[in-house]
Formats: sequence, C-alpha cells, structure tokens
Amino acid sequence: MALIEIDDLTVTFRSKGREVRAVEGVSLSVEPRESYGLVGESGSGKSTILRAICGMAPVTGGSIRIGGKPVPVPRGRAFSTEVQMVFQDPYASLHPRHTIDRTLSEPLAIHGVPGRDARVVQALTDVGLPPAFRFRYPHQLSGGQRQRVAIARALMLRPKILLLDEPTSALDASVQAEVLNLLNRLREEQGLTFLMVSHDLAVIDHMCDRIMVLQHGRTVEEMTRDDLASARMTTAYARSLFDASADRMLDASTEPTP
Amino acid sequence: MTTLRAWLSDPNPASRRQARLGQAWLAWQRIRRNRLAMAGLVIVGLLLLVAAFAPLIAPHDPLTQDLSRRLLPPGTPGNLLGTDDFGRDILSRIIFGARITLYIIALVAVTAPVLGLLIGTVAGYFGGWVDATLMRLTDLFLAFPRLILALALVAVLGPGIENAVLAIALTAWPPYARVARAETLTVRSSDYIAAIRLQGASSPRIIAGHVVPMCLPSVIIRVTLDMAGVILIAAGLGFLGLGVLPPTPEWGLMISSGRKFLFEQWWVATMPGLAIFIVSLGFNLLGDGLRDVLDPRSASR
Amino acid sequence: MSLLEVRNLRVTFATETGEVQAVRGVSFTLGHERLGIVGESGSGKTMTGRSVLRLVRPPGRIEADAMTFDGRDLLHASEREMRALRGKRIGMVMQDPKYSLNPVMTIGRQLTEGLRLRDGLGRSDATAKAIAALEAVQIRDAARVMEAYPHELSGGMGQRVMIAMMLIPEPDLLIADEPTSALDVTVQAEVLSILDGLVRDRGMGLIFISHDLRLVARFCDRVLVMHKGLVVEEIEAAHLMEAQHPYTKGLLNCLPRIGGSRAPLPVLDRAGF
Repeated sequence: MALIEIDDLTVTFRSKGREVRAVEGVSLSVEPRESYGLVGESGSGKSTILRAICGMAPVTGGSIRIGGKPVPVPRGRAFSTEVQMVFQDPYASLHPRHTIDRTLSEPLAIHGVPGRDARVVQALTDVGLPPAFRFRYPHQLSGGQRQRVAIARALMLRPKILLLDEPTSALDASVQAEVLNLLNRLREEQGLTFLMVSHDLAVIDHMCDRIMVLQHGRTVEEMTRDDLASARMTTAYARSLFDASADRMLDASTEPTP
Repeated sequence: MTTLRAWLSDPNPASRRQARLGQAWLAWQRIRRNRLAMAGLVIVGLLLLVAAFAPLIAPHDPLTQDLSRRLLPPGTPGNLLGTDDFGRDILSRIIFGARITLYIIALVAVTAPVLGLLIGTVAGYFGGWVDATLMRLTDLFLAFPRLILALALVAVLGPGIENAVLAIALTAWPPYARVARAETLTVRSSDYIAAIRLQGASSPRIIAGHVVPMCLPSVIIRVTLDMAGVILIAAGLGFLGLGVLPPTPEWGLMISSGRKFLFEQWWVATMPGLAIFIVSLGFNLLGDGLRDVLDPRSASR
Repeated sequence: MSLLEVRNLRVTFATETGEVQAVRGVSFTLGHERLGIVGESGSGKTMTGRSVLRLVRPPGRIEADAMTFDGRDLLHASEREMRALRGKRIGMVMQDPKYSLNPVMTIGRQLTEGLRLRDGLGRSDATAKAIAALEAVQIRDAARVMEAYPHELSGGMGQRVMIAMMLIPEPDLLIADEPTSALDVTVQAEVLSILDGLVRDRGMGLIFISHDLRLVARFCDRVLVMHKGLVVEEIEAAHLMEAQHPYTKGLLNCLPRIGGSRAPLPVLDRAGF
C-alpha cells in the first residue's frame, strides 16, 4: 500500500476577493522508502503541495492520505511524528535566538520524550556536526551547517516521511553535494520516504526514483528516473526543462567551437 | 580576567548558561562602544545608586521643616541647592524623590509592557476576529490623550502613588501592543514558526517561546525610550495634585509647589525640573543605544 | 591593447573584529572578450566586479597596484570621472531586477531618462531608441512594456529590461553579476543567449560573475576561479575539463548530473587548500 496518496488535490488561495488556484487536480502516490521528486519552475505549485500536506495551505478539493488514513484537520501531534519538513532557506528556518540545543530538544519536550541530552548529541553526530556545536546560535554556523541542523530537527521525532522543499537551492554547489549525500545516507539508515521539491532537474534525478513535472499548478508528466536519464519524456515542456538544465549546457560547450 | 573573557567568547559553549552569558557579553561589548548609550547607562546607574543609598547621601531629612530657613538660595552653607517654602532641603528631597521616581518607573515597566506584549502577540499570532477585537480595544485607548486618560482614571481611583502607577500603566500599554503585533506579523509567517508548528507545538508554547523573544528587543527599546514620558506623566500627575500626596518628596509635586515663587525663588521649581530632565535624558540615550545593540535587523547576520 | 587591466586588487573591510580582506590580490586583464569569474559565496567575486566601478561602500576600501580601463586610471579618477564612466562606458547588470529597477517609474521613463538627460535626445528620438533596445533583447511587445511598471513584469522580462537599459549607452564593458540566478531555468537560457548575442555582435568586453561553473564555462572564453579572495586558477573555458587545481575540479565534480551515478557525490576536501 502506498504511504502517501494524493488524489485530485486542489489548493486555492483567496486574497482581496481574487481566487488563485496554486494547485489543480494533482494526484500522486509514493511507496514506503521511495523517493519521489516534484520538479517545476516558480509558480508551478510544487512547494504548495508540500505545504498542503502539512496543513499550511488551503486545500479546496481532493484528498491527502498518509498510510491509508486521511490526514487529520488540524494536523495534531501524532502527525508530527510521521511527517516532517526541511525548508529551503536555512537562514530563515532556524529561530535566530534559540541555541541549536533548544531547537533540537524542543520537539522532544513537546512530545515528552525522555533522554533528551543523549538524543540531541546523537542527532548532531548523525548529521555530521560536532557535538561542540550544541550550544551555538544559528548565526555562528555556515549555511550548510544550518541546513544540517534543520535536517536533524526534522528527524528528532523519527518520522517516516521527510518533505524536502528545495533543501539545497540556497547553498553553494560544494555544500549542496554534502547535504545531498547526507540526505541519501539518512534515508538509507532510517528507512525514510522522501517527497522532494526542486527546480533543478539534475538534483531531482540524483535523489529520486520517480519524478513529476509540474507547470502552472498542473501535472505535466510523470516519469521514472530511467525515462529521464534516457530523455524519454513525452511532453514539450518536460523536454525544454531537460534541455535547459545546466549540466546539459556544458555538454554543448565542451565540444570544440568553430 | 582573561580566562573569564575566553570562557565568555568561547565559540563552542559547553552549557546553556555559558551560551547565554556569552551572548550577553557580546551585547555588552557592543553597547560599550556606543558612547552616548554609556552616558545614558551611567545616568541611570547613578539614579539607582542615589535611590538605594538615599538616607546615607542626603544631608537632611527630606520632611523636616524649619521655617526659619525658608527659601534660601542655592549655595547656602548646609543647603547646597537651597530650601523650599517650608525650609526643607531641596537636595535631600530630590535624593529621596529618586526613590519614588524609580518606584514608579519600575512598577510601570513590569506591568504595561507585559500587558502590551501579551495582547500584541496574541492578536498578531491568531489574526482574524481575535486580532480585530484586541486591536480595536487598543485603538480605543490610543484615541485619548494619555495624560487626560490617566487623569480620568486617577479621578476615579483616588490620588496616591499606587493608583498613579496603575493609571500610567493602563494608558501606556497600547503602543507596546502595536509594536508587538507588527513584529509578530512578520515573525508569524517565517519558516521557523512553520517548523515548530509542524513539530506539534501548542499556540501558547509558540507565542511564549518563539514569538515573544523576537518582539522583546523592540519592546525593550520602546520601554526605555518611554521611561522619560512616564517620569513626566508621573510628575504631571503630582503637579496637578493627583499623584503622590504631599509631603512626599516627589519631583513633580516639588515643581508644583515651587510654581508660586517661580520668579522670585526660581530654584524651588528648577532644581527638581533639572533632575527630571537629566534622568529623562539618561533613559533616552540608553534607549537609543539599546536600539543599535538589540535590533534584530542590525545584529542578526 | 587590453580594455581593462587589474593588478593586485585588494578589498578590505574594517569591522568590529578587525580587518577582513574580501579580495586578497586579484590580477587579470580583459580584452574584447568574455571573462567569467566563478566562486562560491564569500569568494570575493562580487567585490571584484564592484571594485572595477569603485562601487564598494565604506567601511570597504579598494587598493590595487594598478587598475586601468581603456588607458584611464580608475584608482585615482575623481568621483565625477567615475560617474561619467559608469553606465556610459561600463555597464552593470545585477542579480535581481526587482531591486535594480525603480518601482514607481514606468519602464519607458527609466529607459529614456538617461538618453534625454545625458545625450540630450528629444522625446520621440529617445522613445524610438528605447524601443529598439527592448527589441534587441527580444521583447516583442516593446510598446506595452514601455508603459509598464516593474512589478507588472516577470523576472525574466525584468532582467531583459535591465540588460536593455545597460546596453542603450553602448558601453565597452558589461559587468554581469549573477544575471540569471534569480530566474527559472528555461528563462535563464533565453536571457543568456540574448546576452551572448549582444556581446558578440557589439564586440563588448564582458565580465560574467556567477557561482555556476558549468554555466560560465559554456558562456565565456576564459574563466577565473576564485576562492577566499584569491584567484586559484585561470583557464580557457574550452579546457575546463583539464583543470588542475583541486578546488576547480571539486567544483566541477560535486554537481549531480542527469543520468549520472547515484553513488555519493564527490565533495570538496576543504582542508586541501
């Protein structure tokens, strides 16, 4: 049975009497331990789908089921032990006036989990940060280190599903590689299911087994990783995304120019 | 000394306490570089010392009358700043008056900002009808001139120092609520609030632990800058006879009683006026300095 | 003769904790060619670009052994001379058009203002020239865009307008600082090819600053790779794959590729340099 099932999801934002459909009739299902990628440009609704799962966007149609059960409204505490999210900007997703220790131990405090000290130290080690960082503030860390803390926080409650909203797009290329490696290792070790959003086809290709291309809030095409690698996309839009990816560009230039 | 400094500026603190003290140490370093803020801090510090050691510093009893030594000018031996119409030593009265001023400031500082912070963050965080109700209430209070509202409250409650404080606090909270709400609105939509909400945190926990710390700096700055105003309103109430009752040496009351001889014996009203001026200036300078140190926009990155 | 020569450029910031050198001795020459400057955040690439126009604000300080543009000494030029150079002979395109266009003026007014004030053109001449510039960056309905305010344009359109604005005075050198980083990938490709065509046709010098090594390699003749304020490697773009410096190699290899291996990505060994 699929772990995440989204059926005909529609998200409508209302502002000043105007209605904006950010997501329209999107359906997808993700198997346990699978890694599923959502790709699209700005305004494609890819991040909105993640926010809708977390109850942070107004769902106006369709259904979301986690483990076969419809998600509760409001999401509640049980939901937080199943689904967690990593945000795009590590500078904005950590509380600037809380130490790393507080950021990591607060989820445990909320859920009354004992043995917090040991688990915080363990979480830091898991994401490759020295335990000496424990009482630092976010502004004493680099972007990559902050994103590691954000990942550690998301994993404190040992969720099954991790929603990744452009987790590396604010990072330098070399740091991106480290964070992607970390995510893959954690998925392996903890048996996680990923639902990942990115505008970068190469990143999605590296991380995901199946991919959905979105445009203007609608599904354009769903394909497997092999389809993508061998350029077997059927729609023009998916192909234009593929052609515009930065690493394709290099192939064109390495050929000697006349 | 050097080991303490190393301990405070250690980039890898070993405990919560060390981390917090280290941050405070950094803030202190920043404020120390700001000369005007240091001047403000010195003035406020002196006020605290004078208030604490008033009986030791004051040359005379502030309440003892000596009608043979009425209205002596400043510089008279034994009465450095002169005497008032009952022959009381003005310097001693100002020194004891510092206690009352400080008492009022302290009481207002622990009531009005707390109330304002609570109302502002709750309104900003929940939005919708909660926000509308609380903010209209705030507008209601803001619609009256502060002194008039305080006067009306004292008129109902009766004169006296506690009632004066209560009146000032009840008129002082709306600006804090506004500041806190504005700050909350920007914080509310941030990713770190979304993250903690996703961890299952309750609204009180988010407001107290995550929203309030972000609003605190602007409110603290505002409180420090408002202190001058509070002193003036307390003095104003005293001046009108609705605050502290005579013969208590309150600065506003002293100005009021000196009014009658302002032209012949100018010092009776001027000396407490100068005290109010200096203390207000001290708080304003300190507030400006704190703004540079605490403002999250200037300090964070 | 080279268009721009920079020898031993240093940019220093005096901060609370002492002096920080953002650029620590960068030298390069530029002819009528396309030079890429690549580096990660904090490498000093942006400061290098801004130094050429002397657009580093205090407490930043620019020092160099020499910095000449077309025979003119940029280090000792007066602020007045620099103003004459900026825009007119050296143009600059920044990362996000949202912050570079005046939000309360129509595009048309922003485009024609310089023409009318600086070159003394009449209204209709200026408008004609502005429309021609917009058409040069492949904006089809130029007349409509002239009437629009910046917020009414998409990111890609805004960036094209910025490029058009920079190109109107026909500068000899264009400095583009991450001109496409805020744009979607499909739009990115379009904007880049427009920029490429314009530089090629007009024989301008171009300094292209970016964090994306592959993008720069595709687009430039020569690449400077910067790290911590120093140029670690200068290489012909066509020979990028034969880069020697471990940092350049690391940057090249750490990006995932479509259809690439799923083994862990190679990471930079930061201790190595």
